[in-house]
Amino acid sequence: MNSILEGFSEAFGLLISLDPDLIEIVLLSLRVSLTAVFFSALIGLPLGAVLAVAKFPGRRLMIVLINAFMGLPPVVVGLVVYLLLSRSGPFGVLGLLFTPTAMIIAQTILITPIVASLTRQSISDLWLAYRDLLHSFDASPMQIMRTLLWEGRVSLMTGILAGFGRAIAEVGAVMIVGGNIDRATRVLTTAIALETSKGDLGLALGLGIVLVTIAIVVNILTLSVGQVVGGQSLEGRAP
Amino acid sequence: MSKILPLTLNNVFYRVGEDRLIQDVSLRFEAGPITLVIGPNGAGKSLLLRLCHGLIAPESGSIAWGGSDAVQAAKHQALVFQKPILLRRSVYANIAYPLQIGGVLRDTEIVDRVQEALKLAGLEHIADRPAKVLSGGEQQKLALARARAQRPEVLFLDEPTANLDPRSLKDVEALIRALHKAGTKIIMTSHDMAQVKRLADEIVFIYDGRIVEAGPAEKVLRSRHIKY
Repeated sequence: MNSILEGFSEAFGLLISLDPDLIEIVLLSLRVSLTAVFFSALIGLPLGAVLAVAKFPGRRLMIVLINAFMGLPPVVVGLVVYLLLSRSGPFGVLGLLFTPTAMIIAQTILITPIVASLTRQSISDLWLAYRDLLHSFDASPMQIMRTLLWEGRVSLMTGILAGFGRAIAEVGAVMIVGGNIDRATRVLTTAIALETSKGDLGLALGLGIVLVTIAIVVNILTLSVGQVVGGQSLEGRAP
Repeated sequence: MSKILPLTLNNVFYRVGEDRLIQDVSLRFEAGPITLVIGPNGAGKSLLLRLCHGLIAPESGSIAWGGSDAVQAAKHQALVFQKPILLRRSVYANIAYPLQIGGVLRDTEIVDRVQEALKLAGLEHIADRPAKVLSGGEQQKLALARARAQRPEVLFLDEPTANLDPRSLKDVEALIRALHKAGTKIIMTSHDMAQVKRLADEIVFIYDGRIVEAGPAEKVLRSRHIKY
C-alpha cells in the first residue's frame, strides 16, 4: 500500500517538477511509438484494404498469417530484429542496433499486423455495403480503396489506436534492440523495468502512472481529432 | 439522338447454383418511354436491372448497347437502388462523388451539376447535412439527385419508392417524371400496380425469371397474366 501511495506521490512530483530526465524519456517513448504507428498505418491500411477487396492466390493464407501475427511475442520480434541488425547480421553495416531506429523497426513489425487485420475486417464490412454502388460508378480499384478507407476512417482510427496501445506498452522488443541505454534508448517501459529490478518501486510505479496517463491522453486527442475530421455520420463537403 | 440506346437483350440466362433466376430473356429498350418492369417478389426484376446495368454478367446470352461498347455505355447510365446506398458524407459530397471519380469534369462544372441536381430534388437547404441522418424519402431523393448529376442517358431505378410514405412517394415520382422530361430513359421496377398505372408508358412483366408480357402499358395492363 505504501509503495502505491509512494508511486502516486513520485509520479505527481515528477510531473510537477517537469523532471528533465522524465521529459526526455517521455519524448523518446512518444517519438518511437508514434513513428512506429505512422509506418504501421502506412503499410497496414492499404494492406488491410487490399486483403478485404481484392481476390488473388494466397489471399486466405495472408489473412491467416496476419491474424496470427497479431499475437507475435515481442521478445521474439526483438530477437529477430537484433539478429538482422547485429554486426554479423545482414543489416549490421547500417549500425542501427541500440538506436531508436531499431526500436521503431521492432515496434512497426509488432503492430503492423494489428493495424492490417483490423483494417481488413472494417473494410470487408464496408465493401459488402458499398460494392454495388462503387461498381455502379465504375470506380477504379484505387478509387475503391481510397473511398473505403475514407468511409471507415473512424473505425480505422480505433485500429490504429490499438496499435499505439501495443507499441507504447511494449517492453521486450525495445529492450533487446534498444538496450535501455540512458539518454539514448531508454523509454518509459524499459525505465520501469529497470527501476523495478533496482527495487525502486515508487519511481517505477510513478513512471507507470505517467505511461498510463500518456496512453489515455493520446486516445482522447485521437478520438477528438476523429470527431472533427468526420464522425461516422458527420462530414462536410470534402473530399 | 441516343448515344447508347437501344439496349438489346438476347436469350439471357442467369443462375445461382442450380437456381435459374433469369431464363431466356430477350428484350429491347428504346429511347423515350418510361418502362416499368413489374412482377411479384422474387420474379427477377432487380436481377434484370443489375444485368442490364452490368453489375452482374449473364451466364449466357448477350446484352448489347446500340452503337456503343459496354465500357462506353457504362458512362451513360446510372442505377438507383431500392435502399439508397449513401456515403458517410454530406448531401453535397454524395452528389459530387461520382462526378469527381469520373475525372472528366472541371471543378466548376461539378459545382454547377451538383447545384442543379440539388435544386431539382429540392435538397438545397440540406446540402451540408450528413446524408445518413436524412429521412427515407430525402435519402431516396438524394440518390436520384446523385444519379441525375451524372447526366445518364438511361436511369435504372430499383423499386425507388418501396417503403416510402405517401408524401415522399409523391415527391419521388414527381422527380422521376422531371428526369424523364429532361430526356432520361427510365427503366424502373415496381410491384405497386397503382404506381405502374401512374408512370408506365410501357411494361415488362416478368414472372419466375421469364418475360411473360412486354409492350405498351395499356395493352399489358389488360393482359390476364398480370393478376398476380
